[in-house]
This record gives sequence, C-alpha cells and structure tokens, in this order.
Amino acid sequence: MESLGELFTYFLQNLINALQRGSFYAVISIGYSMVYGVLMLFNFAHGDIFMVGTYIGFGIATLLLAAFASILPGWTIFIGTVVITMFLASWIGVFVEVAGYRPLRSAPRASAAITGLMIGIIFETGILIMLGAKRLSFPPLMESVTYNIGGVFLTNVKVMIIIISLLLMIALQFFIQKTKWGMAMRAMSYDFLAVPLMGVSINIIAPLTFAIGAGLASVSGILYGQAYPILDPYMGVIIGWKAFVAAILGGRGSIKGAALAGYLLGFIEIFVATIFPSTLRDLIAYSIILLILTYRPRGFFGMEHSTKLRL
Amino acid sequence: MQLKVENLEVSYGNIKALHGVSFSVDAGEIVTIIGANGAGKSTTLRAISRMVPSAPGSVLEFNGQDILKYSADKVVAKLGISHVPEGRRIFGNLTVTENLTLACFARKDTDQIAKDLKWVFDLFGRLEERKDQLAGTLSGGEQQMLAVGRAFMSGRKIMLLDEPSMGLAPLLMLDMFDALKEINKTGTTILLVEQNARLALKFAQRGYVIENGTLVLEGKASDLLDDPEVKKAYLGA
Repeated sequence: MESLGELFTYFLQNLINALQRGSFYAVISIGYSMVYGVLMLFNFAHGDIFMVGTYIGFGIATLLLAAFASILPGWTIFIGTVVITMFLASWIGVFVEVAGYRPLRSAPRASAAITGLMIGIIFETGILIMLGAKRLSFPPLMESVTYNIGGVFLTNVKVMIIIISLLLMIALQFFIQKTKWGMAMRAMSYDFLAVPLMGVSINIIAPLTFAIGAGLASVSGILYGQAYPILDPYMGVIIGWKAFVAAILGGRGSIKGAALAGYLLGFIEIFVATIFPSTLRDLIAYSIILLILTYRPRGFFGMEHSTKLRL
Repeated sequence: MQLKVENLEVSYGNIKALHGVSFSVDAGEIVTIIGANGAGKSTTLRAISRMVPSAPGSVLEFNGQDILKYSADKVVAKLGISHVPEGRRIFGNLTVTENLTLACFARKDTDQIAKDLKWVFDLFGRLEERKDQLAGTLSGGEQQMLAVGRAFMSGRKIMLLDEPSMGLAPLLMLDMFDALKEINKTGTTILLVEQNARLALKFAQRGYVIENGTLVLEGKASDLLDDPEVKKAYLGA
C-alpha cells in the first residue's frame, strides 16, 4: 500500500495540474460573465474568440521569434507576444460587438444567441480557409525547465500559466473596482437602462467589455499554446463550452463566481480522472456540475441586479 | 425660451402615448406637468431625454439646439439635461459616492466636480453620512436624495424630475421640495412631473395639465390651484 506521504505527493501533483487547467477555464469564463453582466446576453462566439486569439498569438510569436530570437532575451519576446496579441484580439472583441450584437440590441435574446453561434462558425471556417486544415504547432516561448520538489514535478511553464492567469484576474478586479469604466460596467450590470442618464455611452462600455473579454481570452490562448502546443480551428469549441458552464456555475454575471467555478471545474476534471478511467472524465465531471446546479440553479453568486429592467 | 417642445408624439408599439404635446420652459423656471397615472407625464420626460424615440414631426429644442440630434447619453453630457427617472433607478450595487461620481462620467472639469460633490453633501447631509455605503441599503427617502444628487452632478442646466414625491412620507416630501428649491437657486431650470398635484402646483411657477397624451390646460401654478376643473379632477376638492 502506498504510504501517506506518497499519497500526499500524488495529491499535490494533481492539485498543480488542476490549477493549470482551472486557470484556462477561469480566465475564459470571465469573458462570458462580463458580457452577460453588461448586456444580459451570453456571447456564444467567445470560445471562438479564444481560438482566434490563440492564432493571433501564434502569428505574433512566430514573427517575433523569427525577427528577434537571436537578439533579445526570451522573456521580452514572451511579453511582446502577450501585449501585441492582447491589443489585436481586443479589436476582434470590439468587432463582434459592433457588427454582431449592436444591431440586435432590442431584438429578442434568441437572435443574439444564434448570431453568436454564427459568428463562431464564421471564425472557424475563416481560419480554415486562410490557414488550411493542417494543425499548427505553437512555438515554445520559453525553455521548459522541470523542478522536482519532494516528488512533485513542476515545470516553469505551469507555474507561469498559474501566476499570469492570477495576475490577469487581479488586474481586472482592480479595473472594475477602481476605474470609472469599471464603475460604469458595474452600474450596467445593475440597471443598464439608467446608465445613459449618467452621460455614459453604452456604445463605449459594451465594446470595451467585449475587448477586455477577448484580450483576456487571447492571453489564455497563448498560455494554452505553451501547455498544449497544437492549434486547430475547432479548439475553441470544447473549451468555450466548458468555460460557459463555469460562468453559469459561478452565477450569471458574477466575475468572482466565474473565476471560482473555472478553478472548480479544473479540479473536478483532474481529480475525476485520477479515480476513474479518463474516458469517463467529462461524463462524471459534468454530472457533478449538473447536480450542483440542480440544488443551486442560480450558481454560486447569483447576480444582484435591479428587477426594473424596463422603462 | 430654454426648452421648446412642439407637436411631440410618442408611440409604444401601436399605442399612441402622446398626441402632439407642445409646451415651453424658460431658463431658471420651475414648471410642472400634472396629470393622472398613464396620462403621458413620464413619456414626455423620457422623450426629452431621448430614452424613448419620438415620432417624425416632433420638435424638441434646447437653447436652440435640436435635441433629436443627440443620443440619450449626449443629451446629458453635451446639453446638460439631467433626468431623475421614475422609481429613482439608483445603482444599488455601487456606493453612494460611486453613484455620484458615475454621474460625472463625461465631465472633464475635475475641480468643479469636487465642488459639486461637496454641494450635494451639504444639501443632503444624510448622503454624506452614508457616502461609503452601498446605495441599495439606503432608505427610500435617501435613495430619492441620491437620485436627485446624481442628476445634479450629471448635468446642470435643466433637471427633469419624474415623481420625486413618490413613496415619501409627507415630511420627507417637503424636505425634498426644499432641496429642489435650492437646486433651482443655483440656476438649474426644473421641469417636474407629479401625481401629487397640490404639492407640485404650490412648488412651481407655471403648470400644465396632461390628459390622455394631450395638454388640456396651462397657466400660472397659483391660477391652476384655484381652477375649478383642476380642483375637481386633481386636488380632491
């Protein structure tokens, strides 16, 4: 029988893996929650925005590596990739809001949902046409180093993924709590009809929200590319739906809830796979989520908003 | 004349709420529109602040500028028309100070913002006591103070008020109207819509009576108070 120490090491190892996986879900699901908070719609194109963001990251990383790998240290190329990708991907978010959702502001919610799915398909097939069906591989932006800490194996990539994701969420929290744009977003999540009366343009806040969601997703995409370096046009579908599940589980519109549920999802998936055959992983993991939602249909933090959603 | 409304028509779907309403308000005036529930009072204010679209042919002008060229947020930010909406609509998940600061979203005059904030806190001492509290935890009267204070911060030239007396105890109501007088003294025009006709007509200089989407009477507020029709229909005398 395994000793208690070995069991603990095994647990820690899986905990690290769960944190890494949860980081992706958390950062992506925040994008769903922010948009829901502000416009009361789920942006079903978000998974594919993540995918496009990853491709943009791939392009920028490839370019920067080709141009500067021999001159600049690796971490500057990494930071450069993150910053440029985030900037470009946020415009994808703006585009989706302006072209896809803005014309449908007063249309029934179902129209917006269908539009989201269509935008997703357009992105998938667009990438397919531009780059072909062959899978691309994301270039490593840092040399992988493995540490063995008392039997727990840690790579610098894993640590970086976990830390950068946390930093992104802390920065977002700061933005939402401390800036006037963040304040306007919070106000919109409470009563979006009263917001224009404050002199705040919804046509600024809505695209800004999409831009932030897309920017976050694209950084997550770069990190994802470091952990699983294979890109394909449909990579956003599964992870997008899982992040959407996290957004629901966290409580619609709650950023804190989305992040928490994202990590929880990571934990459940990883730990289910340690006990059961991995082919059953999703079945069991999502049955657990379903069970939680049965007893807590509004998720962890059901959003606080005004009941007055009409004039 | 500061605000000119001519032939204003508004429809909700197939239902016409306003059938060509015309009136005007001069700078610095206190004007009230009284009428029963559903007569079109709120709709008139919402059309002015561009929260609802008005039918073609409607004329809305503010200081000679065409209001219809502006979106709802620009009406506040560029023209200085503030609107205290029906039911207050304060942001319950924001603190009192945040509610007031958000109203300055489009303003660039940082020094004046600080002065205005102090002015609002002097006017409504209760708000200052609770400035770091979430607005959702305020009492009804305090929420109304916040809604008015917020409108004062957002735009300065004219304030549209939709039933500020609603849900307030009689004493609080009088306090609220005293505060509105103070706001008017700073040069802010007031256009007030009220179901409490007696209170509104005592407060205002001029009044209009609206029935079924049409203005049926106008005059000096004191004359309207004595008008037999108004007395019968709105003052319960």
